[in-house]
Amino acid sequence: MSAAAAHSRTDAVPAQSGEIILEVRNLVKHFHVGGGGLLGGHSAVAKAVDGVSLSIRRGETLGLVGESGCGKTTTGRCILMLERPTSGQVIFEGRDLTTLAPAELRAVRRKIQVIFQDPYSSLNPRMTVEQMIAEPIAVHGIVRERKARNERVQELLSVAGLLPAMADRYPHELSGGQRQRVGIARALAMEPSLIVCDEPVSALDVSIQAQIITLLEDLQDRFNLTYLFVAHDLSVVRHVSDRVAVMYLGKIAEITDRASLYAEPLHPYTKALLSAVPIPDPVVEATRERTVLRGEVPSPLNPPSGCVFHPRCPIAIEECKRVIPSLKEVRPGHYAACIRL
Amino acid sequence: MENLLEVRHLSTQFATGAGIVRAVDDVSWDVRPGETVALVGESGCGKSVSALSIMRLVAAPAGRITGGQILFKGRDLLTLSDPEMRDIRGKDIAMVFQEPMTSLNPVLTVGRQLTEPCEIHLGMTPDQSRTRAIEILGLVGISDAERRLRQYPHQFSGGMRQRLMIAMSLSCNPALVLADEPTTALDVTIQAQILELMKGLSQRLGAAMLIITHNLGVVARYADRVNVMYAGKIVEQGTAREIYADPRHPYTLGLLRSVPRLDEPKRAKLAPIQGQPPDLTRLPRGCAFAPRCAYSVERCSAEIPPLEVVNGAHRSACWVARDLPERAAADLKVTA
Repeated sequence: MSAAAAHSRTDAVPAQSGEIILEVRNLVKHFHVGGGGLLGGHSAVAKAVDGVSLSIRRGETLGLVGESGCGKTTTGRCILMLERPTSGQVIFEGRDLTTLAPAELRAVRRKIQVIFQDPYSSLNPRMTVEQMIAEPIAVHGIVRERKARNERVQELLSVAGLLPAMADRYPHELSGGQRQRVGIARALAMEPSLIVCDEPVSALDVSIQAQIITLLEDLQDRFNLTYLFVAHDLSVVRHVSDRVAVMYLGKIAEITDRASLYAEPLHPYTKALLSAVPIPDPVVEATRERTVLRGEVPSPLNPPSGCVFHPRCPIAIEECKRVIPSLKEVRPGHYAACIRL
Repeated sequence: MENLLEVRHLSTQFATGAGIVRAVDDVSWDVRPGETVALVGESGCGKSVSALSIMRLVAAPAGRITGGQILFKGRDLLTLSDPEMRDIRGKDIAMVFQEPMTSLNPVLTVGRQLTEPCEIHLGMTPDQSRTRAIEILGLVGISDAERRLRQYPHQFSGGMRQRLMIAMSLSCNPALVLADEPTTALDVTIQAQILELMKGLSQRLGAAMLIITHNLGVVARYADRVNVMYAGKIVEQGTAREIYADPRHPYTLGLLRSVPRLDEPKRAKLAPIQGQPPDLTRLPRGCAFAPRCAYSVERCSAEIPPLEVVNGAHRSACWVARDLPERAAADLKVTA
């Protein structure tokens, strides 16, 4: 599998040095929706993820941004193999997860953990914090002896910034930020190398968001973690990411290192997204130019022809309705899918 | 300019199993005709309950308004009879809620929901109200109005539903629109569309707006004046420019420092506010923010600071408000 790491269109960033830990190639996930009905007996296909390729180096954070329905969460779930990809490869530490037998997959899964958006619905309401963190440790046989396991739980609580007394609490007795810390402790219990963070702070209050982001950053340094950071908040993504991929309707519109994406966005969608984010300063806002996009994100059940962004694009031409743009290297290490560039 | 709305010493309480919650605690602020005022704060700070109190929609019997006045065009809404209040709701003061799907009636057509307020409040005939509905749908950017009027809310997307809510709120030409997190459930490009639309329409129609939000960016972009709430009280009050350029409450300062900004160089570390929001049934004796405050002094844990003038109409409820800029600047030097 050494060839797997040898070529990727997105890894040409000179500043990054770690080896590639995850490579996603041509990932496709289609969902079959409905079937029969008024439209003449054909079941519809939602192309949630439609040919996504990306790679992540050990120790870095790749931000994956986009609006609801763009496929960012589905991409994350395919990497976790919580969804079976329709086609494409998910190569983690040299092995293609889509070809593994269930037992092999289970062993690999330990190394890829997830932190969910809503810390309340992702914790079992009938289990205490200690039980929730201890269970996967026992299941995977990481620490077999009970007393040692409890010590490990205490250690994880402290790593996640929770007091020892929290061990006996139930989720409803915790605040939103504390629940998210439990989710983080539970993910760390597996000693993962890659964590898919799926909107980890968007359900939290502003003052708590910064606490959790800071915790995630500290943990990354401490345990050499790699993050796929899925989020819609472009300011947060900029803060945490080394590289950023922007998704629109199942495809990657632009991918590059953080500095280039935010300083010199190329794709018209990225530009519009950045312009839509209000800046917390009335003086800056008063003079800012705005590109407000027309219309809404089309349904992935019936995506537009050619470039999926063309109906909302401020610079679209006739050709955009026909030609599907491929992700091309517009500047060194800076890839965008737009024929106007 | 005369105030359109004056909230004076408003207090709203809820009786819960854990005790009395003072969701809104002796709060005063106002809105002038045509301006946009923001109520900012995190969940549980009392910003939504403030709006519900104005509309007199606080859920009884658990919740009740225990004191104060809400003067709208000089009349105290708290002294009105229920029928009098019903006349004002939706006509003079309208509300836009956060989650449009749960605030629209799923079994009535969009047309019915748009025409009903015009018929009830403005005494329009069905024909007149239909013309008005078509006109107002055009105003909020929903095309093909004739067909849309026959549809149900589930046939609209999230952004379209929020346009619909705005259309409903504007249908009777209100003087004041209360918008409770109007774009929180929406995507960022749609959020921009909706906010531009609301701002544009309120200017065109001369309606004042109260925006309730936790998003400091939205406030910066759209608000003329700002009230920052924490644990049921207003902790800072002023023009948007004053609040952002010269925050005089450590909570406001903390909020501004804890969010990453796209227009500034990426910071190495964010500066989070420590600790958790307070439990409103067990508030500390002094300032509710003191346990999380980086600048607190002894007095803070003993006495609740009143909302006092810093400069002109800029007010802060903090014992160290005067020294805050100096101490905050020194703080930045240390972390840098």
